[in-house]
Amino acid sequence: MSLPRFAALLDSLIFTPGRNAKLALLRQWFAETPDPERGVGLAALTGELAFSAAKPMLIRDLVATRVDPVLLALSHDYVGDFAETVALIWPPRAGVNAPAPDLADVVEALELTPRAELPALIAGWLDALDATGRYALIKLVTGGLRVGASGRLARLALAEWAGRDVAEIDEVWHGIRPPYLPLFRWLEGRGERPDPGGAPVFRPLMLAHPLEDADIAALDPAQWRAEWKWDGIRVQLSAAAGGRRLWSRGGEDVSGAFPEIVEAMEFHGVLDGELLVIRDGAVAPFADLQQRLNRKAVTPKLMRDFPVGVRLYDLLFDGAEDLRALPFDERRARLEAWLARVAPARMDLSPQIAFAGFQQLAAIREGARAASIEGLMLKRADSPYVAGRVKGLWWKWKREPLSVDAVLMYAQRGHGKRSSYYSDYTFGVWQPDGEGGEALVPIGKAYSGYTDQELAWLDRWIRNHTTSRFGPVREVEKALVLEVIFDAAQRSSRHKSGVALRFPRIARIRTDKPASEADRLETVMAFIEHHPAEGTGTAPRGS
Amino acid sequence: MRVTPLGLHCEPGGFFIDPIRPVDRAVVSHGHADHARPGHGAVLATAETLAIMRARMGEGAAGRQQQALAPGQVVTQNGVRVWLRPAGHVLGSAQICVEWRGSRIVVSGDYKRRFDPTCAGFEVEPAPDVFVTEATFALPVFRHPPAEAEIARLLRSVALFPGRTHVIGAYALGKAQRVIALLRAAGWERPIYLHGALLPLCRLYESFGVPLGELRPATVADKAQLVGAIVLAPPSAIADRWARRLQDPVVCLASGWMQVRQRARARGVELPLVISDHADWDELNRTVDEVGAPEVWVTHGRDDALVHAMAQRGLRGRALHLVGLGEEDEGGEADPAGGTGGTAGEPAGSGAASGTAIGAASGAASGTGEGTA
Repeated sequence: MSLPRFAALLDSLIFTPGRNAKLALLRQWFAETPDPERGVGLAALTGELAFSAAKPMLIRDLVATRVDPVLLALSHDYVGDFAETVALIWPPRAGVNAPAPDLADVVEALELTPRAELPALIAGWLDALDATGRYALIKLVTGGLRVGASGRLARLALAEWAGRDVAEIDEVWHGIRPPYLPLFRWLEGRGERPDPGGAPVFRPLMLAHPLEDADIAALDPAQWRAEWKWDGIRVQLSAAAGGRRLWSRGGEDVSGAFPEIVEAMEFHGVLDGELLVIRDGAVAPFADLQQRLNRKAVTPKLMRDFPVGVRLYDLLFDGAEDLRALPFDERRARLEAWLARVAPARMDLSPQIAFAGFQQLAAIREGARAASIEGLMLKRADSPYVAGRVKGLWWKWKREPLSVDAVLMYAQRGHGKRSSYYSDYTFGVWQPDGEGGEALVPIGKAYSGYTDQELAWLDRWIRNHTTSRFGPVREVEKALVLEVIFDAAQRSSRHKSGVALRFPRIARIRTDKPASEADRLETVMAFIEHHPAEGTGTAPRGS
Repeated sequence: MRVTPLGLHCEPGGFFIDPIRPVDRAVVSHGHADHARPGHGAVLATAETLAIMRARMGEGAAGRQQQALAPGQVVTQNGVRVWLRPAGHVLGSAQICVEWRGSRIVVSGDYKRRFDPTCAGFEVEPAPDVFVTEATFALPVFRHPPAEAEIARLLRSVALFPGRTHVIGAYALGKAQRVIALLRAAGWERPIYLHGALLPLCRLYESFGVPLGELRPATVADKAQLVGAIVLAPPSAIADRWARRLQDPVVCLASGWMQVRQRARARGVELPLVISDHADWDELNRTVDEVGAPEVWVTHGRDDALVHAMAQRGLRGRALHLVGLGEEDEGGEADPAGGTGGTAGEPAGSGAASGTAIGAASGAASGTGEGTA
């Protein structure tokens, strides 16, 4: 009966917006499911299982043998998703009384069954399952399982369920394979911790706390080292006898998206750095890097147009030697020596910034307006490399955000605890409408930054000023100005306005400002340059 | 029998069936607001439906003259015989059977075929000349799972999240009482908390002998009491301001539409419960076959699929475009914005066939003849 149980878990995860509730569902799965099903289910959720044998076309052909084409078309039209349509419409077969398949058996059979025999096998499973089970099966065999449960979340649930630190699980995770029997034995106290051996496993990252002005006074400049905070994605390069991997910040394997980096990893060791699009030594804006993200495979053209490199800032392992307990300064010296010795392609050193005092450093921070730089990193000279966010060792000191006065255009309900509130705001600025007047063009969406009181106020305002409704979205009178802050503005061909904002959030509700005096698009476009035109960009319209 | 902008009109009998605007004489199938409208002159319905109408509209608006008809009783009006048969949809719901000069038409109203302890079960009126069927869930993707299994899923969620409140969106008439009865049958003996809009009809159900156990108003309850509790509210309230009083609610919605994931997600539903008071695809087809009418008129819902499926079996079906039905209860769910306009499968105010007589209960070969039944 394990496939129906897995299908029920999948369904719950799909509908559950809350992270804590998702964790609870996963913990329950680990606690109540026998081996090997619980490990196979875990692998299916985290994308570790990939089947290529069964294409969506196979499902299309199968359902055509069972269902009237007109009824299928009407139903598909109504439901939208084809896998869900098939799961719902698959007719029960009189006389079929087979038990539902086991998840582990399904996975094994998909790997072993010759292609020609797959249709009959899958049809038999569909006959033995209910609609929820059929949906899970179709998503599983066609590789379309997306349930909003990342590998990170699954490992966190494992840690909570077993009462372990998630870093302990992270370290062994990528050295083990489904159905993870040694892992469960260890977590249940029935065996030793699995040894990753020569596998290129993920080592949990050291993270930084945001630096507040109040913290600075307590810092002794001599004890601190400064580097730029790059606006790319944090990666870990891990290479060992057992292979090479590029890990994301959360321990997802992103090797497939960046083959040229993996190719350049002709060494054994573990390094920490920032993945960036770099052209002729200059770092391109984050929007360029986004072209390379979330892809399983890349084309030569993408690799040519958006060349990537890694700016290194820490060395965790040199060969098999674990350097993490060494002070930062010693690791830095080892990193510099290592780079000089190994000199890998597509990798360079994130430079250190000399400074005498924090006032001087603050001036350097404000002076650096390049879109590729988010601010500064401060690292204590004697800090070991420790997993997670340990206060007082590493700080991130972001530069002041940019700001724009925009007009609220649409509002959407939030999720989970915010589902009764209009908490997601689409805002716009003025641009010429081509007929001598001005029209609003949306430039972004923000769903944070406000206080609970401001959220309640905005919710009320939106309900009282709605002009039309589209499902969960309300269009409002163009009458409310919001001060929106963001980290950078980048050119974007995917947005109607031609600009994309990095991490926009609501700073203030400007009830004092009429909508006609909100900013114009050209003010926002000016932020795209490496240096903004001036100050905070709240110039009144028409000035 | 004619289709008019007001609804089905029986000319020789001088009455309308479920008319959408006030008329002199109305026969009403059940108490949902899209079938039972205020302001009629004389209303003929079951005693339960009349009581529901009085409770919802007030004494004055529920028909100046009310005539209760028990299932099986017959009234004759201008030579037209009228009687009712239970439809199994909600308390008091009935199919309306009309006979004139030896030909018989049965109007199903809304119906379901599953067991429901809160109302009398559907009875087949065999072999009429015309059967008028609803078609709310007339697509083969709608096969309602057993309601008991849905309640079991709910109770598993309650056990998994003891610190949260489960709030279930359920229509005030029928769905709420059925969900409560299902919970009681599943062994849930604790008090069930209700949004204020649900209480009066629950009391009315109890007065007709449907036991619902201990019910408490959710609005006056001590907040701490609602932790781990089950609360019922109208669907419009579950994800809106009213629900903010609840502790980290698990938003549930009991509706046949919950079968489709996108529907549930668009409503912000965390635990969809596929519990419907309408017949599903298999039940619609089985009912049409069991009734055995030579001609079937299909109204409010997905008429295209059902008419197609009947044609495959050699049955004559025709789409009957009645305006204004399907606006309360699950029919209205088809409009994702939850608005008041628009019906399940038809544009609002569409009256393709309105005002045209499209069939005769005499069993005439086609529906082209003027309404001479």
